[in-house]
Amino acid sequence: MNSKRFITAVAAGAAVVMGLSACGGGSSSNGGGSGGSGGTNTPAFNAALNSVFNPSDKKGGTIRVANAGTWDSLDPGETYYGYSWNFIRLYTRSLVMFKPAAGNGSSELVPDLAESLGQPSDGGKTWTYKLRKGIKFEDGSAVTSKDVKYAVLRSTDKVTFPNGPAYFEGYLNLPAGYKGPFKTPDINTDSAIQTPDDQTIVFHLKQAFGGFDYFAQMPQTAPVPQAKDTGAKYKEHVVATGPYKFAKNEIDKGFTLVRNDQWDQSTDPNRKALPDEYDVSMNVNADDIDNRVINGDLDIDVTGTGVQPASLSRVLGDPALKANADNPSAARTWYTSINPTVPPLDNKACREAVEYATDRTAYQTAYGGAFSGGDIGTTLLPPQIPGATNFNLYPAGPDNKGDVDKAKQKLQECGQPNGFETNISYRAERPKEKAAAEALQQALQRAGIKLTLKAFPQGDYFSQFAGNPPYVKANKLGLVLNGWQADWPDGFGFLSQIVDSRVIRETGGSSNTSVRIPEVDKMLDDAIGETDKAKREADWGAIDKRVMEEAVVLPGVHAKALLVRPKKLTNVFVSQAFGQYDYLSLGVA
Amino acid sequence: MPATVITYIIRRLFAAVVLLFVVSAVTFAIFFLMPKLVGATPETLATRYVGRAATADTVRETAQRLGFYDPIYQQYWEWVKGIFAGADYSYGSGVEHCPAPCLGYSFRNHQPVWPDLLDRLPVTLSLAIGAAILWLLGGVAVGTISALRKGTIFDRAAMGVSLAGVSLPIFFTGLLSLSIFSYNLGWTAVGGSYTPFLDNPGEWAYDLLLPWITLALLFSAQYARLTRAGMLETMNEDFIRTARAKGLRERTVVVRHGLRGALTPILTIFGLDVGLLLGGAILTESAFSLQGLGKYAIDGITNYDLPKVMGVTILAAFFVVIANLVVDLLYAVVDPRVRAK
Repeated sequence: MNSKRFITAVAAGAAVVMGLSACGGGSSSNGGGSGGSGGTNTPAFNAALNSVFNPSDKKGGTIRVANAGTWDSLDPGETYYGYSWNFIRLYTRSLVMFKPAAGNGSSELVPDLAESLGQPSDGGKTWTYKLRKGIKFEDGSAVTSKDVKYAVLRSTDKVTFPNGPAYFEGYLNLPAGYKGPFKTPDINTDSAIQTPDDQTIVFHLKQAFGGFDYFAQMPQTAPVPQAKDTGAKYKEHVVATGPYKFAKNEIDKGFTLVRNDQWDQSTDPNRKALPDEYDVSMNVNADDIDNRVINGDLDIDVTGTGVQPASLSRVLGDPALKANADNPSAARTWYTSINPTVPPLDNKACREAVEYATDRTAYQTAYGGAFSGGDIGTTLLPPQIPGATNFNLYPAGPDNKGDVDKAKQKLQECGQPNGFETNISYRAERPKEKAAAEALQQALQRAGIKLTLKAFPQGDYFSQFAGNPPYVKANKLGLVLNGWQADWPDGFGFLSQIVDSRVIRETGGSSNTSVRIPEVDKMLDDAIGETDKAKREADWGAIDKRVMEEAVVLPGVHAKALLVRPKKLTNVFVSQAFGQYDYLSLGVA
Repeated sequence: MPATVITYIIRRLFAAVVLLFVVSAVTFAIFFLMPKLVGATPETLATRYVGRAATADTVRETAQRLGFYDPIYQQYWEWVKGIFAGADYSYGSGVEHCPAPCLGYSFRNHQPVWPDLLDRLPVTLSLAIGAAILWLLGGVAVGTISALRKGTIFDRAAMGVSLAGVSLPIFFTGLLSLSIFSYNLGWTAVGGSYTPFLDNPGEWAYDLLLPWITLALLFSAQYARLTRAGMLETMNEDFIRTARAKGLRERTVVVRHGLRGALTPILTIFGLDVGLLLGGAILTESAFSLQGLGKYAIDGITNYDLPKVMGVTILAAFFVVIANLVVDLLYAVVDPRVRAK
């Protein structure tokens, strides 16, 4: 071979290696709607927000699901993510559940394992549920009230199940020293939960709690057979009671759900169980998930928090893509805590100056604008929480860019006519929080309030820094970027952890850093014990207003997410309870 | 094999073991000693592993369970002991034995780390080796041609493309190529696809083709530039002129004399690169959602799951050390001058 031929041969080889070669593969196709009663089949922006998109009762097929991260836990006793509570209803059944329905109905509680909602007695300190007959575990054994009791009790062991909510151990009348069935198996727990027969379960609380059905809807009430419980490893094979069971489960990689042949449709008025299978992948690149959902190669981005910034403009800018998107609200508020422990913010007028000087439009832009950020908020409670009222104690001018004159007047009032200096903290890993801190810095500068930005790692944000009262005071963190999502769409679920001064821990760790109002604590106690739903809901609105009057919270946005509707699925609708698509009713076209 | 070579290998392996201990101690210190230096207590460390509403008692018990109250040297010793003797870990309703080599037990998953590493190793191996072959062949070939055709359009274009290849981040090229070739054209597998080689070699190659090419594009650019520089230098050496004067074919001159001389520095960097990649191609695995060691490490870091991070770090260090050893031994094969010494 002469040198020319040799070089040509090498060049050809190089072209193969360095060029982007390709080989055969399949192409995707679009699925069409199969029709059905009610709902709509016409793609339009927000078509699935309040009605069922592509209604159908067709069974069969596989729904492909991806998660950019990993589940906190697949164990019903431990999981605490909203999307997980939405999804877990496929393989477990709790006493009560959110109704799988479009529109306002989705925030309603309906009985699931139980025959009816809870029956309160003793002024709301005792709650009784009767279980439906004929419900079985995937191995064919009957579900009894003892399995529900065991499930709730095991979930109180927070060393074994650290991630789960802690409402039961907080409210149940558990005996002193009880640490769950693994560590204290011999302690009698009838003071907290009784099971007089296989179908009846009675919960005894330390104090009246009017909204106990919200506790009963938590996955922690999904039955667990004691003989099959493997503690922290139970998440590797949860024993199913729902229409699907685990066929394969590779922790942190993915799992497959297949039909549970022991699930009986006649015992379950809520589930349609249309697809044959759910195929779930974890740790999938978030941008790749968006691309695949848009192209129809994937059905569900399970976290349901909306598309990534890279896809946002693409979806909003293309009318065809936008017609296949929905923009639901989450029961979440992004806000800033104004710490009264940091002078001069111990003076209410100084805090009010911060409220007035804020450019609310810039705050909204920092979080991604109206579609992916959310609506400008003037209250702490998001609007979909029953009892939320729309009020604005600190009008920010006609353009929502802040009322600087009023802010200066307030500064005069609090003895700081030339403004003051303080720090604002945010989570270093969250660019939106940084942008919001910068927006506040610029806006408050107009009134003479000088902010210095302080970033902290999110893993230790509340435990060591922004939620650690001595640190906040010593390091003058006057303002703290914060955010909260309700555990369920109810005032208690939203407010109890962020406005109750008694949850503040001197050792750190609480999301409440600024609300220390004894009157609000009392209002919370009264509302919690109220069994009249309407009165209770009105109480939540009143608490919101009282907190805002003290100007210890600066609301930013009531969060929204831009979701891309799955191309090949039927029965797509947004559940208001979860602020994302309802995962229980979906089918494959 | 001569006795000197065997002694050399044993000495290197011993040094490798010492290095692995140093690496593990440093990783341990980063996780536990450094936070302590800035004021973290066992309880504040434990708050990372408890839920939102944990009580002070739960935090203390968790700190106890994870051994945070023990002195750091003791925690480290427990970890080292596990490698040789195994260890027992409680998961609530029972105790799991983690057999030797026990590289720890995930704080979050309640899974021993070693089986997880073994499970993910084939993905990373497949990705790294496939891409390495592509970039070595591609980079060296392009570099050689560029050197031989210095100043031509091919040379300029190839060097321009390689500059772009080095400059473009893989999370960009990865997502872009997925979008074009997988989703729009349907030519390559979608993100997250992986079939074990033994299940179906054809599927295995099809699934990994795009990650290989993307990763190779990044590396081959660097190799092309290195080869070009090396070849330009070597081809001007006296022995090349002698070879040509002897009447050898140009192919023999270029491959047996020119390329061989230019290859030594390439081999050094190749050993390091492959070793590093075997420890997890973090960005590529993330862009293509491949469940390899890199993704495992990222998961460990974001969740403060120290045993996972320790496991990957040790394995990565092991691969770098071994790859370097292999390269050093290969010098003798490639470069006769080394053998003579």
